[in-house]
Amino acid sequence: MALSKKTKEAFLGPLNINNPVLVQILGICSALAVTVQLKPALVMGISVTIIVALSNVVISLMRKSIPMRIRIIVQLVVVAALVTIVSEILKAFAYDVAMQLSVYIGLIITNCILMGRLEAFAMTNNPLDSLMDGLGNGFGYAWILVVVAFVRELLGSGKLLGYQIIPDSWYVANGGFYENCGMMLMPAMALILVGCIIWAHRSINDKETK
Amino acid sequence: MNTDSNVYTIVYSIVLVVIVAVLLAVVNQGLKARQEANKLLDTQKQMLVALNQDIDNCDDPAALYDSLVKDTVMCGESPVIVFEVEGQTKYMLRLHGQGLWGGIGGYMALNDDCNTVFGINFNHESETPGLGGEIVTEKFRSQFFNKHIKDAQGNLRSIAVLKEGKQAPEGQEQVDAWAGATITSTGVSDMLAANMEEYRAFLMEKTEQCCAQADKKCCTGQACCTADGGCKDGQCCDQCSCAKDGQCCANCSCQDCQCQTKCKED
Repeated sequence: MALSKKTKEAFLGPLNINNPVLVQILGICSALAVTVQLKPALVMGISVTIIVALSNVVISLMRKSIPMRIRIIVQLVVVAALVTIVSEILKAFAYDVAMQLSVYIGLIITNCILMGRLEAFAMTNNPLDSLMDGLGNGFGYAWILVVVAFVRELLGSGKLLGYQIIPDSWYVANGGFYENCGMMLMPAMALILVGCIIWAHRSINDKETK
Repeated sequence: MNTDSNVYTIVYSIVLVVIVAVLLAVVNQGLKARQEANKLLDTQKQMLVALNQDIDNCDDPAALYDSLVKDTVMCGESPVIVFEVEGQTKYMLRLHGQGLWGGIGGYMALNDDCNTVFGINFNHESETPGLGGEIVTEKFRSQFFNKHIKDAQGNLRSIAVLKEGKQAPEGQEQVDAWAGATITSTGVSDMLAANMEEYRAFLMEKTEQCCAQADKKCCTGQACCTADGGCKDGQCCDQCSCAKDGQCCANCSCQDCQCQTKCKED
């Protein structure tokens, strides 16, 4: 099946040129909260991707019937209902995952990317394009989280996905020379890292466009 | 059709809300049984961890739980669950308190002297991963094993969680706080103290009962002594070894006890 150029653009754009975190500066709050370790960042990235894609499709299907004056409320109701249903299903069929996600599930509802995509894209586009847009934005958000969490967990705790990466013998406590960077565990470092990624992203893309 | 008219907007919102409400209610009711079964299993698993059972390599934790659990007694509002592990009675206390971002909790298993910690398990709602969240790890939990919640005189003292280098008040035992998670560690410390207080009646009375059953005397709420040994300062005299003339052997300070046993060295 050949996808139209617009459909492809809906998926590929948010991964780089129109990235929700780097360019639109959305979803920063959760980028601070869940990036101390890699695992919650991965799970949060996947959850947001699923919810954005689903709610985009639902809103896109309803778009012609929604009264303009209450459209934000309608979007919110759809998102909240979807998140609640996903959370209930997880609690019933994947209890361990649901427990790990407990706080983050609630955070998904407040993620600005969701409302942003519903309002800017799903309200005016067909369901297929909206699905691709949702997936693209979800993955675009997820890869930033993963990069930030990778750096923070590696430098902050010397681990990746909970496994020790920096050899124990390197640590000062064991007579070595190395010490974990405690700063990396602070929320502020997530902002600084996101800032560095934005910097790199802008300088590369500016050259391309010029 | 005019989707901007007032009537349409009102009808639309009513219909939408009713549909969503029905949908959520159906999902909730349909999955409730499974969710509660999961929740129960999770509680049982946490208690099994507190009993130092290897649940990762256990095919049926629920069956293992059923084989160990014996009874539940109430201490006021709080339940004490009685287990039997390898022939020995363990008392399970439920812990609940406040961490940095939300609630923390856990289960503490005590030996039948109601004093020595056999095992402990913590859980938390939303502590920081890598910092406060690390209270669930084996490294933190295992510090508590074989600590005592009562001092030598048998007073209930709980266990303090303190930064390295800090010293708990005389008579109270302590474990190290998790570096970088000061508030969560203090939360654990406060939780233990508050919950021990909640179970005070059980912890003190049970020791008396245990001693009576074993035909022994209770030494101020802590240790059981053989009836003829007697007590001094919360120490059982029959645990000391004294020479014939009533003098104590090395490392023994119970001159005033009526010692029944003799020094082995002599």
